[in-house]
Amino acid sequence: MAEVVLRCEGLRKAYGTVVAIDDLGIEITEGETYGLLGPNGAGKTTAISMIVGILARDAGSVTIDGQPHDVHRTATKRLIGYVPQELALYPDLTGRENLHFFGRLHGLSGRELRRRGDEVLDVVGLSDRAGQRVRTYSGGMSRRLHIGVGLLNRPRLLVLDEPTVGVDPQSRNAILDNVRQLAGQGMAVLYTTHYMEEAERLCDRVGIIDSGRLRAEGTRRDLVTMLDREDEVELLADGDLAAAAQALAELAEVSAVDVREAGLRLLVAEAGPNLPQILATTGRAGVTVRSVQVREPNLESVFLHLTGKALRD
Amino acid sequence: MRQIFVIATKDLRLHLRNSTLLLFGIVLPLGLAVLFSTVLDDPGGGFQARYVVADEDRGPAANAFVTDVLGALTAESTFDVQRVAAATEATRMVDRGAVDAAFIVPAGFSADIAAGRTATLRVLGDVDSPIAAYVAREIAQSYATEVRGGRLAVAVTVAGGGRVDDPAGFAARVQALPPPLTVSAGSTADHELASRTFYPAGMAVFFLFFVAMLSVSTILAERTTGTMPRLLAAPVRRPTILVGKLLGGVGIGLVAMSVLMVSSTLLIGARWGPPLGVAALVTALVLAATGLMALVATAARTTEQATGWMSTLAVLMGMFGGTFAPLARVEGLAVLSYATPHRWFLQGLTDLAGGDLRAVVVPVVVLLGLAAATFSLTLLRIGKLVRP
Ligand SMILES: Nc1ncnc2c1ncn2[C@@H]1O[C@H](COP(=O)(O)OP(=O)(O)OP(=O)(O)O)[C@@H](O)[C@H]1O
Ligand SMILES: [Mg+2]
Repeated sequence: MAEVVLRCEGLRKAYGTVVAIDDLGIEITEGETYGLLGPNGAGKTTAISMIVGILARDAGSVTIDGQPHDVHRTATKRLIGYVPQELALYPDLTGRENLHFFGRLHGLSGRELRRRGDEVLDVVGLSDRAGQRVRTYSGGMSRRLHIGVGLLNRPRLLVLDEPTVGVDPQSRNAILDNVRQLAGQGMAVLYTTHYMEEAERLCDRVGIIDSGRLRAEGTRRDLVTMLDREDEVELLADGDLAAAAQALAELAEVSAVDVREAGLRLLVAEAGPNLPQILATTGRAGVTVRSVQVREPNLESVFLHLTGKALRD
Repeated sequence: MRQIFVIATKDLRLHLRNSTLLLFGIVLPLGLAVLFSTVLDDPGGGFQARYVVADEDRGPAANAFVTDVLGALTAESTFDVQRVAAATEATRMVDRGAVDAAFIVPAGFSADIAAGRTATLRVLGDVDSPIAAYVAREIAQSYATEVRGGRLAVAVTVAGGGRVDDPAGFAARVQALPPPLTVSAGSTADHELASRTFYPAGMAVFFLFFVAMLSVSTILAERTTGTMPRLLAAPVRRPTILVGKLLGGVGIGLVAMSVLMVSSTLLIGARWGPPLGVAALVTALVLAATGLMALVATAARTTEQATGWMSTLAVLMGMFGGTFAPLARVEGLAVLSYATPHRWFLQGLTDLAGGDLRAVVVPVVVLLGLAAATFSLTLLRIGKLVRP
């Protein structure tokens, strides 16, 4: 059983009369990537600020590796790597100087500091620009360095607040790969985003947050199942489509079959595991399948279902 | 503790790369000091002394006095020393008020000294220029103490007045005087610094407050540049962040002041006084300036408001503190000027020019007190500066 790295319960924060976070509870275990998915203003940054210990909470508790954590605890802060939503670098320091500064604050020094700095530069692909001032970096390069700073102290809990905003798709993929790799090394990762695809691709579990409340939580599959909506399978095929449709309709997992002009459209409880059987059945009916397309209900639809709003404005 | 220095060094490095800060901290004050001290010869037409010397002896001792003592004086713009051939001519010039005082070295002066007889150096002062005449008397007296081998009397006459001969009073003053060649306008007379020191000092202290303002505003800027959340999330206590940043500001203040003092010494011949006293005074001043600016910043709601308040205060205090005009000139504002660190710093420098280290004790204590008070209050209000 993997150890719980982050546990927070009953978190609450109000700004005046605006309740930014209400009764939020999250648990993340070693090696797990947890995505907090929500639209602008949902309270993601507020939640994270309380979790990392920047913002005092109105109520609730946070523990890191079982130790109580709050704004004043430096011992637990050592266990956290934090990548804020806004770029947090000194433009007039070089990439390496930025890393070394934050590394020293985390207690690194001497040879260890230099080695960690170089490792991180390597991971974020900036070794060749390390001696130049951050002011001269492109947006994507700055973002990568920004993420790198969060990795310096080999945290137990890595917290990333929308790290891919304003990054081109290529850098974005690199960032997502990095995060996945880090989780693979046993880090617990808390990741906020309002990109549904990112959450789907990256996260083991997703929490859907809106107006400061956690609306639902689970694996992507859990959430989609909760939606109680079926996968859509579209077959592009030639042959006796009517016969194939009849045979397919008799399968227990298939709830509906439509004959289309150039193929068939099926609704299936869970497409993945049933695809071989579906293809075998169509083959026996003498139909040649040219292409298969599976459309699963996504988090976007879950979100819409839960909140009545689209994820992006 | 280590983290305080990590933050302070980072800030110092950034300050040294900040061209605005270097412009305000070094380029402007130095440029203005050079300009003022060349264009406006002496601050606000302060103390000026015109002397004449008649050397009727022309021996080695007379020559030492005329060349070494009076010659050194002419290096100061405050003094103007002319030579005339005869005592009668010198006397006439004093009577007419053409000069403030005359030094008369009678024939046989060097021979008397060499033979161990009592020699007399005469000083003739203009009654309308009592201060300049007094200074002349002290100059002669200082020389008299230097000539230890022989016995030298200084006979002082005030033109139009009686003979002022007060050997006991002289003796007392002579004890208090520095070695003769350090006689300067600052050590006697009406307590003003010579322009070549006054302007660099005034500009340095005036602009130091802008340096402090710029360094303090980087505390607020950590929020706008997004680095504050990262500092807050690091395993560092909040007072450490504040103290580290203030220390970085003190560091750049000291760098700016040092660069200014060294370069004004080299460029325009400023004389700052005994290094130890100057160092104490400058350190206390920089601490006070940084603390004061930080405290002002805690009262503001936005960065713009903070910089607005800080710069207004810097300008007002600079004006009332006498950085543009010598202290003696701001008669009516003298009381108000004591409310500014500027005044205490310039006062300390002026008193220090006399060569007595004890003169800086009061200004240093006042400035350190101000620093302690403002730093403490800023720490109490830390939440206004170090927050997400
Ligand atoms: N300092 C603050 N003062 C007042 N209200 C705030 C403050 N910070 C956040 N809020 C409010 O709290 C709510 C949650 O904001 P938060 O920044 O946590 O959202 P978010 O999910 O991170 O949004 P985004 O995706 O835009 O980053 C919003 O209504 C916001 O206006
Ligand atoms: Mg946010």
